Amino acid sequence: MYDVTIVGCGVVGASLAYTLSRYDLRVLVLERENDVAMGTTKANSAIVHAGYDPAHGTLMARLNIRGSEMMEGLCRDLSVKYKRVGSFVLAFDEEQKAHLEQLYRNGVENGVPGMELLDGARARELEPALADNVCGALYAPSAAIIDPWGLCIAEAETAVRNGVTLKLRSGVTGVEDRGDSLLLHTASGDYETRYVLNCAGGWSHEICAMTGQQEWEAYPSRGEYYLLDKSSGNLVSRVIFQCPTAAGKGVLLSPTVHGNLIVGPNAHHVADPSDKKTTLAGLDEVAAVSRKSVPGVDLRQSIRNFSGVRAETSEPDFIIRPAKAMPRMLHVAGIKSPGLSSAPAIAEYAVKLLAEMGVKLTEKAGWDGKRRQVRFKELPETEKAALVARDPRYGRVICRCETITEGEILDAIHSPIPPCSVDGIKRRAGAGMGRCQGGFCGPRVLDILARELKCTPLDVLQDGDGTFILTAETKGGAKA
Amino acid sequence: MKYDLVIIGGGPAGLSAANAAWEDGCRSICIVERDRELGGILNQCIHNGFGLHYFKEELTGPEYAGRFIEKLKGTGVDVRLDAMVLDITADKQVHIVSTAGGYEVLEAKAVVLAMGCRERTRGAIAIPGTRPAGIFTAGAAQRYLNIEGYMVGRRVVILGSGDIGLIMARRMTLEGAKVLACVEVMPYSGGLTRNIVQCLNDFDIPLYLSHTITDIQGKDRVERVVVSEVGPDRRPIPGTEMTFDCDTVLLSVGLIPENELSRSAGVEMDARTNGPKVFENMETSIPGVFACGNVLHVHDLVDFVTAEAARAGKAAAACCAGGRKAPERVIEVKNGNLVGYTVPQRIRADTDFKAVDVFFRVRAICGASRIVVTDSTGTQIAAFKRERMAPGEMENIKLPRVLLEKAQGDLTVSVEED
Repeated sequence: MYDVTIVGCGVVGASLAYTLSRYDLRVLVLERENDVAMGTTKANSAIVHAGYDPAHGTLMARLNIRGSEMMEGLCRDLSVKYKRVGSFVLAFDEEQKAHLEQLYRNGVENGVPGMELLDGARARELEPALADNVCGALYAPSAAIIDPWGLCIAEAETAVRNGVTLKLRSGVTGVEDRGDSLLLHTASGDYETRYVLNCAGGWSHEICAMTGQQEWEAYPSRGEYYLLDKSSGNLVSRVIFQCPTAAGKGVLLSPTVHGNLIVGPNAHHVADPSDKKTTLAGLDEVAAVSRKSVPGVDLRQSIRNFSGVRAETSEPDFIIRPAKAMPRMLHVAGIKSPGLSSAPAIAEYAVKLLAEMGVKLTEKAGWDGKRRQVRFKELPETEKAALVARDPRYGRVICRCETITEGEILDAIHSPIPPCSVDGIKRRAGAGMGRCQGGFCGPRVLDILARELKCTPLDVLQDGDGTFILTAETKGGAKA
Repeated sequence: MKYDLVIIGGGPAGLSAANAAWEDGCRSICIVERDRELGGILNQCIHNGFGLHYFKEELTGPEYAGRFIEKLKGTGVDVRLDAMVLDITADKQVHIVSTAGGYEVLEAKAVVLAMGCRERTRGAIAIPGTRPAGIFTAGAAQRYLNIEGYMVGRRVVILGSGDIGLIMARRMTLEGAKVLACVEVMPYSGGLTRNIVQCLNDFDIPLYLSHTITDIQGKDRVERVVVSEVGPDRRPIPGTEMTFDCDTVLLSVGLIPENELSRSAGVEMDARTNGPKVFENMETSIPGVFACGNVLHVHDLVDFVTAEAARAGKAAAACCAGGRKAPERVIEVKNGNLVGYTVPQRIRADTDFKAVDVFFRVRAICGASRIVVTDSTGTQIAAFKRERMAPGEMENIKLPRVLLEKAQGDLTVSVEED
């Protein structure tokens, strides 16, 4: 019997696992994929929003501000890449300038610190790549960029290290209310638990439906992105938005914590939350809109295109409340933007609700909420030398674009949540994230994975289950 | 650690540069190679066709590399294997890391950049669709087959008709896979004619020119691709879609010289080659730093890499020996009609050479035509006849010193179709 079971291990589920891991509770996390951070968490704008956007009085507004306050310290504790770079919202005409003033006032009400309204000349002085017809900007210095899957993995790993149980490949297929507990049917067996947290992201409505009452409709919204080479990483130094519309915060350009430039997303409703394809028309749209903000953006520098799906629903706000038909389930659903920004605050708030629902929160002795990760390329020369002298495996560079060493890849493989795929290594160590997109290091990472996991290279996956890379040995057979 | 000459990369360019520098008397040379053995990409090129120009015989890639590795064994050149260069500074300090040697700084009088190139990826050309497994650059697939001994798929569509893609069409077929099509967005192939004949035609693999992949489908592994014809603007033409059921897509859509180290050292680059700008002796804008092979411009024949790298090696040896005088006259080589780029981009007219080899590519298929070299006054300095030229085949002209001495100002290389 578990005390609390978290369904879904994206950044929301992981934040909850991390937050709950400090208490004397038996906590279970059920994730249907073969790794954590496999949904929206790995495909989004990677922004911590300042919080001027959500309407004052909403949960989104409150949790965004609180999340933004918590994020820097959390990322420091967990060795997650984070950088407070600030953001601009651009205006191109007087009507949009009025919109900026409205955002400014909303931001002040929400409690966003340090905002300023700039004229076009001042905006271009700070961001020389902006278009000549930018006539105003809302500057929010507290906006930040972050490694979203890095945060999720770090939180989940730290939770596991502090006693939380994680079951992968355990998609929930049904929930039975037993009065004093809930019985969860999953792909890996049945689990009994006192309380359930529905953190299933784009599929949270399906978990809700298992309670017998469909409380909201899912309106998944797909956004497409370009990721540009590091040669474009300094084109802008802040997150550059355009005025938000009903469809969302619109196409942004932003440096990433990995040194690239991210451009996107558009917003189109899709029927299936797993529909993460990109389209010619969609990428053209992103290109055209981004050039309006920064005409010099060179999309030939693209190293990857991808899309992510927002967990939009029929309710405008986050859905964080007990299930109507199953009082032992707490929905933490409809977490669209600013979900990543709010994640630590969502966890804080949801845990408070859990306490109100009857969960006893007793802090446990020996909780260690910190995590360290070696990143060879970020070390100064003397520390690089010392590290390689201590452990020569940090002296073998496997990913040449990102300078990721064998030692870092081994750290990832032997971490609390061991990855089984090449992309799992990419999300943890960064190998394959660079301009050659794993063309060089892919076969080498695959080889290391097979060696360490003691399987054949034929068993190593690209990413999720079924994404096999190799199909057979050649006629001459595999190398000895 | 101090060396006269440090060579970055132990592929065909680095090997040839090292041998040539040694022959010219340079006795303090180090090659830094990131792989566990010398030879570079040749090691996975197990097909033949290498060396026809240089050795006048047909060798496989490993055999071709082997000749230079054997020769190197007779010299005192140091080789650091499994060693990665992290940084090259403008004052020619080479920072490297390896399991054997740890973190080291090599101080050099001269540096030869011979890092080769990498393949363009799906992300660079933004192919729409899902993101399943089964999409490989042709070179990565070649490594899996020829080095690791594993097949990457059973039913294959190849995008791009670069040489590696063509070679892999044949290789996959010989291993029992079905190659359904080779799809090329341009109206002509990007590869050598001999590879079109020997790798596609001989195996009845259709080549669709002016076509591209407009959709990749499949959730976990590639399930099918949609191929469309493109117009002169290279945009897909609606209504021309063909669907191929396949589990694999190989990309052979271009090579990009790998110049991150060159840039960090501050070497001046040429946007047309994506490589450094060089003088006739392969010297870059930083005195004592030379570049050769695919890091300089993408070659289609390794024989020319060998020759170019030998020039770089000899020049680097001369540089280490010292006593060079500053040049007084620099001739810029400009691109005229139909010429995509030239290497070298600059010629120091008063240095010691008998003739300058100028390499270039045309930007479109040319029938019978003349390559014309003019000076700043418009006077024709030299002209060369060609029956046919194609962007997939590098052109080479030789400009003797006597002709260059007559030239006024800069040179322009252009192509005039008859």
